[in-house]
Amino acid sequence: MTGWTTHDGRAIALDRESVDTDQLIPARFMSTPRSEGYCRFLLHDLRFDPDGSPVPDFPLNRHPNASILASRRNFGSGSSREAAVYALVDYGFRAVIAPSFGDIFASNAVNNGLLPARVDDVDPLMAALGTGTAQARADLSTQTVTIGPLTVPFHIDPVWRQKLINGWDDIDLTLAHRDDIAAFRATRAAAAPWAIPNDNNGDRGPAPSQGGQ
Amino acid sequence: MKTLLDKLWDAHEIFRRDDGASLLWVDRHLVHEGSHHAFAKIDARGLPVAEPGLTTGVVDHYAPTRGRPSDPQIAAMIDRLERNTARHGITCYGLDDPRRGIVHVIGPEQGLTLPGLLINCGDSHTSTHGAFGALAFGIGATEVAHVLATQTIWQKKPKSMRITVTGQLGPGVGAKDLALAWIARLGADGARGHAIEYAGPAVSALSMDGRMTLCNLSIEGGGRFGMIAPDDTTFAYVNGRPHAPIDWDSALEAWATLPTDADATFDREVSLDAADIAPIVTWGVSPEDALPVTETVPDPRAFDGAKADRMRAALDYMDLVPGRALSDVPVDQVFIGSCTNARIEDLRAAAAVLSGRKAKVPGLVSPGSQIVKAQAEAEGLDRIFTDAGLDWVSAGCSMCVAMNGDVVAPGKRCASSTNRNFRGRQGRGARTHLMSPAMVAAAAVTGHLTDVRPLLSGRAV
Ligand code: SF4
Repeated sequence: MTGWTTHDGRAIALDRESVDTDQLIPARFMSTPRSEGYCRFLLHDLRFDPDGSPVPDFPLNRHPNASILASRRNFGSGSSREAAVYALVDYGFRAVIAPSFGDIFASNAVNNGLLPARVDDVDPLMAALGTGTAQARADLSTQTVTIGPLTVPFHIDPVWRQKLINGWDDIDLTLAHRDDIAAFRATRAAAAPWAIPNDNNGDRGPAPSQGGQ
Repeated sequence: MKTLLDKLWDAHEIFRRDDGASLLWVDRHLVHEGSHHAFAKIDARGLPVAEPGLTTGVVDHYAPTRGRPSDPQIAAMIDRLERNTARHGITCYGLDDPRRGIVHVIGPEQGLTLPGLLINCGDSHTSTHGAFGALAFGIGATEVAHVLATQTIWQKKPKSMRITVTGQLGPGVGAKDLALAWIARLGADGARGHAIEYAGPAVSALSMDGRMTLCNLSIEGGGRFGMIAPDDTTFAYVNGRPHAPIDWDSALEAWATLPTDADATFDREVSLDAADIAPIVTWGVSPEDALPVTETVPDPRAFDGAKADRMRAALDYMDLVPGRALSDVPVDQVFIGSCTNARIEDLRAAAAVLSGRKAKVPGLVSPGSQIVKAQAEAEGLDRIFTDAGLDWVSAGCSMCVAMNGDVVAPGKRCASSTNRNFRGRQGRGARTHLMSPAMVAAAAVTGHLTDVRPLLSGRAV
């Protein structure tokens, strides 16, 4: 993942609340290997009619070159499917602006270089965009988004902001702490031997179910 | 002065960076078919799985509920998990394993889920395991790859929130109703950024099956973590499970220290009176769109702005008009299943309603695991379902997520014991009403959304 500090592009509005991950990518597409690209799955069932033709007035069909998306509260709620983020990223989005995000979606987004920019009031941005598009900028150094003439601050956890800027890879970062992890593992095994599954690789046969009485 | 969250966090924190991010040790990692992205990521870097003995594979999302998978793409997803786990020396409850089932059902059932553990799974309903007093949360594919490679996870400590439920739930009202009640009140993002601890007499009175339902639905209210302090009910459930600790006494001693200290404080406190809660159904396309079944379809004109717009769109999708009695809404089919409500008590509750009655609409009953299935059959519950005219099938995620071929047809309305009524969740154009398994059974019997309570009178529940 490569880091970034500012991104310039076109913005559009998806003026609805609770765009959940099942909208972002319907489950039936999720067996596709990522290497095939997830662009065409993004918001599939809102974007295309059942016969496969594009819904003419859907924002993504009207303005196919957008890379910044403004939407309403509870964006990305639902499933932990990172495929929802893959679909946004493969389509070309670099930032989503909304008053709130699903927690798991937001962390998945950051892990893929997509900015979840939380704003206090999205109404002015929605009004500025309407059903149209505008030149826009997401700036991680000033923590602001600009849409047309409007510039507003956004919130993001400082850890996530650094990660987006540096393009950090968590696995590399963590493996540098190998010794700390090994020491912790040994301490925990001694302090909480019950936490180690007694027989995880053995086969003890089916257990009688005991739920309830 | 520590909360359950504090104690669990401290016990797993390897270290905390200056910026506040903690590196946490993961005691159990559960992987299902969706892990293919994560295995591809570690393979691309030539990394081994750090702790195969703490990792368990489960076939559930694509598991066929009848026979073998007929679709080659579905068969390939299952095969890929079985091969990825075998290659890395990970135990997998595969398609032919008599213990297989939905990941959040079999973790507890096998005693892999214990109080005091940190449990991750690439699935948002991992909060289910918090019912045991564990720190359990769903993660995305990049994080799954990280856990596979390091057995650790980076996480910033969430804020704490306690939902205290006083009083006693009425007859015919259960954990599902309780969960939908708080989600309707606080919103689908009401607990965002918070770890929820459920407490109070109505929570303590729940069985483990009920507690799992409650914690399972935390994510539908925006909470990535849901948890309940372990007590004797918890210990009685765990005792004797295949992977329960051998040194039981020292485990009990450790678990007894977990409950929140009396003087600990929470960032947020919410309280509900159980006596106020009636059987609930959803009318829209978000779990927050939930009302007692005795109410009517709400009118968007009573609201404004984006909320009114969202309600209008939801009612349009659901083909409902404001003012109509919810108990008047006919259903085309029913589904009893999922990690939310397909454990043995859920099946018993549904069977108590269906016993000696016929379903007016077709439906599917998919138990949460093959072990639950066997137990239900031993109790004769399968006969109650099939005599009523419903299909009794094998375990899996099935119609909760419609990945295995079990789908609700476009425009059809399904009364469902699952967790998400999102547009298209059960199939493109499908209309989902969430409710408890007993309420699903009631809808099956009458052919429309129905208050289950009168149907229970004179019956043992
Ligand atoms: S039953 Fe549904 S919610 Fe539960 S793990 Fe399966 S797909 Fe996810």
